[in-house]
Amino acid sequence: MKNVSMLSRPINVKERPMKVKLSKPRIAFLVINTAFLCLFAFSSLLPFCNLLALSFSSKEAADANVVWFFPVGFTLDAYRLLITKVQFFRSFGISVGRVILGTVISLAVITFGAYPLSRGKNVFRGRMFYTVFFMITMFFSGGFIPTYILISKLKLMNNIFALVLPSAMNAWNMVLLINFFRRVPQEMIESAKIDGAGHYTILFKFMLPVSLPALATVMLFTAVGHWNSWFDGLMYMTTEHMPLQSYIYHIVNEQNKTGNNVVTNPEEAALLSNITIKTLESAQIFIAILPVLPLYLFAQKYFIKGLMLGSVKE
Amino acid sequence: MALSAPRVVRSKARFKEQLALHSMLVPGVVLAFIFMILPMIGVVMAFQDYSIVKGFFGSEFVGLKYFNRIFSRPDFLTAMWNTVFIALVKIVCMTVLSILFALLMNEIMLHTVKKTVQTVLFLPYFLSWVILGNMIINMVPTRLMEDGDWFRVIIVGTDVWKSLGYQVIIYLATITNIDPTLYEAAKIDGANHMQLCRHVTIPGLMSMIVLNAILNIGNIMNAGFEQILVMYNPLVYDKGDILDTMAYRIGLLDLDYSTGAAIGLFKSGISCAVFAFSYWLAYKVKGYKIF
Repeated sequence: MKNVSMLSRPINVKERPMKVKLSKPRIAFLVINTAFLCLFAFSSLLPFCNLLALSFSSKEAADANVVWFFPVGFTLDAYRLLITKVQFFRSFGISVGRVILGTVISLAVITFGAYPLSRGKNVFRGRMFYTVFFMITMFFSGGFIPTYILISKLKLMNNIFALVLPSAMNAWNMVLLINFFRRVPQEMIESAKIDGAGHYTILFKFMLPVSLPALATVMLFTAVGHWNSWFDGLMYMTTEHMPLQSYIYHIVNEQNKTGNNVVTNPEEAALLSNITIKTLESAQIFIAILPVLPLYLFAQKYFIKGLMLGSVKE
Repeated sequence: MALSAPRVVRSKARFKEQLALHSMLVPGVVLAFIFMILPMIGVVMAFQDYSIVKGFFGSEFVGLKYFNRIFSRPDFLTAMWNTVFIALVKIVCMTVLSILFALLMNEIMLHTVKKTVQTVLFLPYFLSWVILGNMIINMVPTRLMEDGDWFRVIIVGTDVWKSLGYQVIIYLATITNIDPTLYEAAKIDGANHMQLCRHVTIPGLMSMIVLNAILNIGNIMNAGFEQILVMYNPLVYDKGDILDTMAYRIGLLDLDYSTGAAIGLFKSGISCAVFAFSYWLAYKVKGYKIF
């Protein structure tokens, strides 16, 4: 029951009243502390400045390692070349596709799974069996090599479902929803039952509408997770089917080392002679960050609420 | 007869109700069975001379051959030590720093500044290691990335960079939920800010700290696979190679499936035991339950 009181209170409200009179050492502490934390937060953004600066810098500057946090020899060549890279946009599209498909499937699976498990032992008699079953999947994993073999035996290689289905049943996210469903007032469900509503009706008509904050949290977790996931794409996909993050890993770690940057287009070759691979990489990484930014700024409060739901239990 | 009729109706309704509940779990159970349980059964390949042509049923069982082989490899023992060491240092640094930063941020009086710092620190948490790791590789001099000890420092430092915001938010939210009357009472007793922090805030956080620390023990075999795979290079294998990256190189790059699966199984086995222990401890100490 502790949880209800914790969550009913908005998290970021300032609770302590402002003291009118402050002693001198206290003021000194506050100033130094605030300045330190601002500086710290600012410095955690520096790698991002470096990335952006690199993507706008000239070949000579990037090669000479003189670019820090401002572009040296400002140029848009890296982005001009990036526009001609068909594979980059194809991978971008695949990533968008997997985010949408993956989020929809995962959300449907765990919503249906969470409802029965949120009912008590007396209502749902098979609960214990399923709990143990899902616990096993949370605690032990076969490792990625048997999974890789399985995906290839299922003929899912180069299929977008290889990226979507294995992670669809995420037990941790399901636990988050279970905890939220448990807090829905039982009287509401009981009265709906007396009116003759079945479990599907209860789930869709009563549970889902009041659980929107929890669903939004899980949705965002899943969507960001899909956008960021890359190891699966690296294992199961050939280059032209790779989602964006796997593609970036591929170009940085494999293509560059073997040095097979095949350039067929003369226009592209001319551009390539003006930029280094480093600036082009930076431009691609920067573009890959962009879709996350609005999601993260917009969704931060949901995330915070969701984190609390997931981490605080009675 | 008159008495038993309603009972039959009721048990029939009850059966239908149970059926509805079971049916909702079908998609989840099917997916979990295919993509999680089957690979668990698939670990038998660690005990076979696995060949992709012969499959799980056709490949010959060879007992512990591959386990004996990996234990005699010096790089396996190095990777095992690296895994535990890096994971442990990460856990300690993360716990100490996140508590420290939560306490310091709690002292910021300007609400907008506090909110901004929190938002900025949270940003790297939303990005993948492909992005963060490559940003760091571009920024840090190559000389340091190729030095084993520096590599470890960078791995721990960037891990803190990625996850600090997340941990701090959890602790800050816990602090906000401490009963304000406790602060009022302490102030009336003449406590200064230092004493408020020491005697009200920290005890209020203690429960969360202990729980987090216990649950973190379960991650002792997870030194950060994706992070190290992005950031390492052959020159730092002796200080930075972990069990996961080793299994990946041997199993999927060199296509020696059985050895890779044996390393993976060894890691998952220990990981599972430690994980189960930490959750059992959290349940005993704090009454924490997953379901």
